[in-house]
Amino acid sequence: MPAEPTACIDERQFSIMTTGKNKSRIHCADDSLAGAVSQRACVYSGARVVLNPVTDAVHLVHGPIGCAAYTWDIRGSLSSGSEMFRQSFSTDLKERDVVFGGEAKLIACIDEAVEKYNPPAIFVYATCVVGLIGDDIVAVCKEASQRHGIDVIPVESSGFISGNKIVGYRAAGEALLTLIRPKDGAVVEKTRKINFLGEYNLGGEKWLVERYLREMGIEINVAFTGDSTVAALKRAPGACLNLVQCSGSMHWVAMSLEKEYGIPYIDVNFFGAENTAESLRKIARFYGDEEIVHRTEALIEREMERVRPVIEKYRKKLAGKRAAIYVGGAFKALAIIRQMQELGMEVMFTGTQTGKPEDYEQIGTIVSEGTVVIDDANPAEIEKFLLEKDVDMMAGGVKERFLAHKLGVGFVDHNHDRKDGLAGFDGAIRFAREVYATTCSPVWERVKQDPFEEAQE
Amino acid sequence: MTEWKITSRVRQVNENQCHMCMPLGGVLALRGVEDSIALVHGSQGCSTYMRLANVEHFNEPIDIASSSLNEKQAIFGGEANLRKALDNVIRVYRPKVIGILTSCLAETMGDDIGRFVETYKTDREIRGLDIIPISTPSYSGTHTEGFWATMRAVIAYYARPTERHQGVNVIVPNISPADIREIKRLLDLMGLEYTLLPDYSLTLDRPFGGRYKKIAPGGTPAAEIARMSGARATIQFGFTCPEKFSPGHFLEQRFGVPLINLPLPVGLDGTDLFVRTLREISEQAVPGSIRLERGWLCDAMADAHKINASARPVIYGEPELVYALAKLCLENGSVPAVIASGTQNSGLAGLLQPLLEGALEETVVLEEADFVTIEDAAVRTSANLAVGHSGGRYLTERQGIPGLRVGYPVHDRVGGQRILSVGYTGSLAFLDRFTNTLLEAKHSSYRRLRKEELLSERGVSNAKA
Repeated sequence: MPAEPTACIDERQFSIMTTGKNKSRIHCADDSLAGAVSQRACVYSGARVVLNPVTDAVHLVHGPIGCAAYTWDIRGSLSSGSEMFRQSFSTDLKERDVVFGGEAKLIACIDEAVEKYNPPAIFVYATCVVGLIGDDIVAVCKEASQRHGIDVIPVESSGFISGNKIVGYRAAGEALLTLIRPKDGAVVEKTRKINFLGEYNLGGEKWLVERYLREMGIEINVAFTGDSTVAALKRAPGACLNLVQCSGSMHWVAMSLEKEYGIPYIDVNFFGAENTAESLRKIARFYGDEEIVHRTEALIEREMERVRPVIEKYRKKLAGKRAAIYVGGAFKALAIIRQMQELGMEVMFTGTQTGKPEDYEQIGTIVSEGTVVIDDANPAEIEKFLLEKDVDMMAGGVKERFLAHKLGVGFVDHNHDRKDGLAGFDGAIRFAREVYATTCSPVWERVKQDPFEEAQE
Repeated sequence: MTEWKITSRVRQVNENQCHMCMPLGGVLALRGVEDSIALVHGSQGCSTYMRLANVEHFNEPIDIASSSLNEKQAIFGGEANLRKALDNVIRVYRPKVIGILTSCLAETMGDDIGRFVETYKTDREIRGLDIIPISTPSYSGTHTEGFWATMRAVIAYYARPTERHQGVNVIVPNISPADIREIKRLLDLMGLEYTLLPDYSLTLDRPFGGRYKKIAPGGTPAAEIARMSGARATIQFGFTCPEKFSPGHFLEQRFGVPLINLPLPVGLDGTDLFVRTLREISEQAVPGSIRLERGWLCDAMADAHKINASARPVIYGEPELVYALAKLCLENGSVPAVIASGTQNSGLAGLLQPLLEGALEETVVLEEADFVTIEDAAVRTSANLAVGHSGGRYLTERQGIPGLRVGYPVHDRVGGQRILSVGYTGSLAFLDRFTNTLLEAKHSSYRRLRKEELLSERGVSNAKA
């Protein structure tokens, strides 16, 4: 064994790839390696981040306190109405409940929540312990649903099911499909409105895109799940088109909606000015209405004229700087890589927590040769490549932020708990400004100096 | 009249948590042991969430390993994963100490980690590395109990019969790195030889500079922990720590080290008690510099006493800090409106009773509380200041009660690691923030409030008695 700490675990070698060097495929979508200090969370976490923005539902976490406490109000999602989603409900299981079963407590908690708030729906999340002791949450939810005449929906999100959040996205998707399925063969009337999938209204991003669409003459039916309500979600089958933004969380839901309700879907991406323009054009084309196309082009022209000089201003400062991107999903990674490139920056390494083989193939096509790509990275690997690749700034989530700072590397949060919107033309401006502010901060020069070095010698 | 209420017996659902899970406290305590790393035996999410919670509070990178249990291990047992996790952690981090904390999942599966570790050590011929199994099922306690239980387990692992020596043991609860530094400064000024545990004053507040190390330098060395059994006495700031979790109690029972259980040295009385204790042990006079600091605190108390008398704070969080802050408020003429903790077995209510007797105003004391209960009580008692961690943000956001961040976790402000509230100096820093928050609230609203009160239609004064 080496005497010095190392970043290398042999079993991880196939999860790290340098583009252009080897043609073999990166290993991904596996369970996390024990002891590797993965940046990943759990199945429950995946389900929670997808469902939590449903504003007027009660989100009840069935398990010991930790799972709920760690995810209380964790998202930066905004609501135009109810704030119920920001309340954190837990059955707070104790040793007694684990030994004798937690169903009775779950029933009591559902009853209390209904009595106090009369919510239109309750999502009941299963946690590790609940899966293990075998509480029948499906039966409890079904029974409670009949008793109270509201939707009480089980979310099969026991953390240990997999080391990959994607399994939780699927559990959340299943819960959403259960919620929106019309009861007793009722039919939801078709409209010319669209659903917006994989949009969580972080910092009001859904509202921003909604403004663009309204100007184009298009209305959003409901977003999954940013600023959504139970009633609005139930109208989802009435849309004429589904936009899929975050494909990791919502691709499967889009496919199911197509199968069940015949709603086609297209991929969109509102991160970055070019991506936003491209996505708006795609939507306009779907409608095939000349008036819409005309209004869309006018909007894009006006906004691009506003964005271009700002991006150019920052590009002058940022050109040639070296960036790293490590985020949860491939959709986000691709969007940020493209934005960094628009700012003239070089992407030195990138990766995701939950990417699939096809995602990595796509990443491989847009980064330049020599870029390191890592699936399910850990702090040791991130540290190694930040130093080796002499990176100037990193985009990632909170867990990576302070490691970057300690190494004197700038940092931009692109996480589900952020408070500022980064979507659309306004978001592109904000993103560029933030990248500049951190990459070119005077702080880095200062903190790396040691004025007493000579005195020491 | 003071109202006592143990809340969870009334309601079932916990709504907006005032406490977190047991292994989280264990992670913090382990950061105070030199060259150590925590490994959570459970599913991947547990360690990631604990990292997130700590990273946001301390503004530091914090690595916590996981045995990443999955469905298969949930059925067949987690030994193979734990062994692999140990292999990888040892390879990447080269720690001297690994604390293995159990999650709910591991405990419910019934994994015998004590046996796993023994077998592993034998098979791998482990030398120069201590692997300490610690039981922290989150349904058996909060992060507070997890903190104490971990300290107790660490001491039990190392302590062995040794010769008596002149040093004292100082065992601290979950306080900020800045607080630990201040306590050490006072111990140094009083000329004491001591072992402070857990000392995460450097590991959770690392200065910038030098080569980055995967395990932050600092922490109490194992050799010093081993000597704690021979100390003259243990000073433990564990006034609310139940005996079964108490590290100081363990040292007293097992090795005959006298235990001096003190409240945290917060406020004048609390710090006086601590300094008096140090004077008795060291048989040294209190140096002039400490007396000066005491004088500055007294001066501030006198200057601000009338403003502070207008405070009706709601104080919430971990019992040890809540108790100490309640004492500080009371000695400054502020009668707490609500005192609350998410913990259930600290005996907080009983300890507070003698302090609250004789007050003209009512105090609601809540144990095992969640924030919906705390918020209800705060509104009912017209609380005007919220003192505690970030969980109380709704008190400000929804009820307009100005907030003062202290305790753990603080994730919506910077500098959680630097919040200082112990000693005369820390108490003064805290008191100034306390008074200034009241003043800010007053100056930003009194014109409007007086106008509404005196020029409104009804024209009736609403002044409270």
